[in-house]
Amino acid sequence: MIFKLSEEQEMIRKTVRDFAEKEVAPKAGPMDEAEEFDYSLWDQMAEMGLTGIPFPEEYGGAGMDNLCYAIAVEELSRVCASTGVLISAHTSLCSWPIYYFGTEEQKHKYLDPLANGEKIGALGLTEPSAGSDAGSVKTTAVLDGDEYVLNGSKIFITNGEKADIYVVIASTDKTKGSKGTAAFIVEKGTPGFTFGKKEHKMGIRASSTYELVFENCRVPKENMLGEDGKGFKIALMTLDGGRIGIASQALGIAQGAFDEAVKYSKIREQFGKSISSFQGIQWMLADMATRIDAARLLVYRAAYLKDSGQPYSKESAMAKLYASECAMWVTTKAVQIFGGYGYTREYPVERMMRDAKITEIYEGTSEVQRIVIAANILK
Amino acid sequence: MKILVCLKQTFDTEAKITLDSNGKIESKGVSMIMNPYDEFAVEEALRIKEKGEGEVTVISVGGQQTQDALRQALAMGADKAVLVDPGEIELDEFSTATVLAKTIGGMEYDIILGGFRAIDDGSAQVVGRVAELLNIPVVNVVTKLEIEGGKALATREVEGGSEVIEVALPAAFTAQKGLNEPRYPSMKGIMKAKKKPMDKKTLADVGLDENQIAAKVKALSFSLPEARQAGKVIPGEAAEAAKELARLLREEAKVI
Repeated sequence: MIFKLSEEQEMIRKTVRDFAEKEVAPKAGPMDEAEEFDYSLWDQMAEMGLTGIPFPEEYGGAGMDNLCYAIAVEELSRVCASTGVLISAHTSLCSWPIYYFGTEEQKHKYLDPLANGEKIGALGLTEPSAGSDAGSVKTTAVLDGDEYVLNGSKIFITNGEKADIYVVIASTDKTKGSKGTAAFIVEKGTPGFTFGKKEHKMGIRASSTYELVFENCRVPKENMLGEDGKGFKIALMTLDGGRIGIASQALGIAQGAFDEAVKYSKIREQFGKSISSFQGIQWMLADMATRIDAARLLVYRAAYLKDSGQPYSKESAMAKLYASECAMWVTTKAVQIFGGYGYTREYPVERMMRDAKITEIYEGTSEVQRIVIAANILK
Repeated sequence: MKILVCLKQTFDTEAKITLDSNGKIESKGVSMIMNPYDEFAVEEALRIKEKGEGEVTVISVGGQQTQDALRQALAMGADKAVLVDPGEIELDEFSTATVLAKTIGGMEYDIILGGFRAIDDGSAQVVGRVAELLNIPVVNVVTKLEIEGGKALATREVEGGSEVIEVALPAAFTAQKGLNEPRYPSMKGIMKAKKKPMDKKTLADVGLDENQIAAKVKALSFSLPEARQAGKVIPGEAAEAAKELARLLREEAKVI
């Protein structure tokens, strides 16, 4: 085993860290307060090619591997989890299924502008009664002439309202359950496609989360992604990869909180010396560092497996499960090290702890990850 | 338009400087960056190239780890890199400038750019010395540069204002903060940088030996700034405390 990043992987970390610290970090707090993302950052990320990292150049991507992508999401999330999930949902949940299941035509029409950052992407899967039970979607798609007519609603959609292109899972044949579903590419502005409620969240508050509403929304037949009946399978495979993105986000949040905690513990003095000289704090820092390293190895392994064409469903679930629980644990400890100041919005660890929680919930809760892991072990 | 950029790899601006047991600056474990002033120079070179046609070559004198800074310039968009590794000898500004001038002497160029100083030793000498050795004009601390018809209009900082200098090419220019806002390397740039030429040379390759570049200046000793004293809090009523503060500033600190 070689535990060493390649030259370009090192370079992407340095470049994205530099960008994140200089451009994103100063905005992270204010964007969280305002519950509003500053999309000038999106334009900068598009310019740098961060909006299509793991896709070939011929489709507007950077032609890098999934490990590079994981590192970029990690570094962005280290200073701002909302920026991390913007890139992660856009890349893993919308661009990837179009890249993997799309026809050549669909790829040129949709992946190209997504990867080069002209357009933002989102996935519409979750419904009020179809969360972890993603197969029981109630949104319907009925063929009428050359178009499918979509009816229903999707909730908790990351990048909702801000995205231009949506991959939407709908039922084409209710009698077949999850085997009667299909995925569709739906453009913003399509008549009958509107946005409902905006969610006000505990964390990742700058990330836009909306309800999508479809009322007799007519989508051209050729916008079906993959085969009819494969919608649920496409969703599951998309989530397998999405987990690497969210695991990277969680890893970044943990690293960010840890770095803040180390810095603070060295300058904060109590009883006449820095609190980092107390063993109680030292042991916390040692445990935090160890868990973060373990999370990083799991996340990078999952990305490596995906890059080398090997199965990664179990490993990406392990990475997501461990990294998200690590993020929650580490950010809680970071707040503890900051004491009363950590509980205020004067320091970023308060935001990081709120941001960490969602990583244990979205793109498969920790419980679902355990189901996926167990199913892989026992099959 | 052939543009050469001289760049140096320096300590990260946030690096903690320490001295080793021999009293020399400890470089082990310190993260390195491209000298920020040289970043302005690379950016300016790329902008000149992008306005018309041209080629940007970045050059550095340093050890093998200097490739990281060169590779960053390649990822930003430079076309070629040249690294001259002088080996384990101590260099001063004379040595570095001599190596650069000898290397550049064998190349074609219209414009030479560099940062006006490096953030580590801050000597602000190297590009000027290179220009002198090559017998071309140099314009320092440039904040605006326009190239047209074999000439350059360079705006530079002077005390209390700025001056505009017209100079015929080839010429050398040193970059001051404000010249531009350097770009971040793009992901495609990072991928391309791997395939761009990195010409690694030894002193012998450029026709020099150690004696010819032996340092003329020797640093006798290094010392770290004294640790900052803890601040003093003056207790009491505001008016009384202010009076005491004024007295201390006058008598103890001697600043007013």
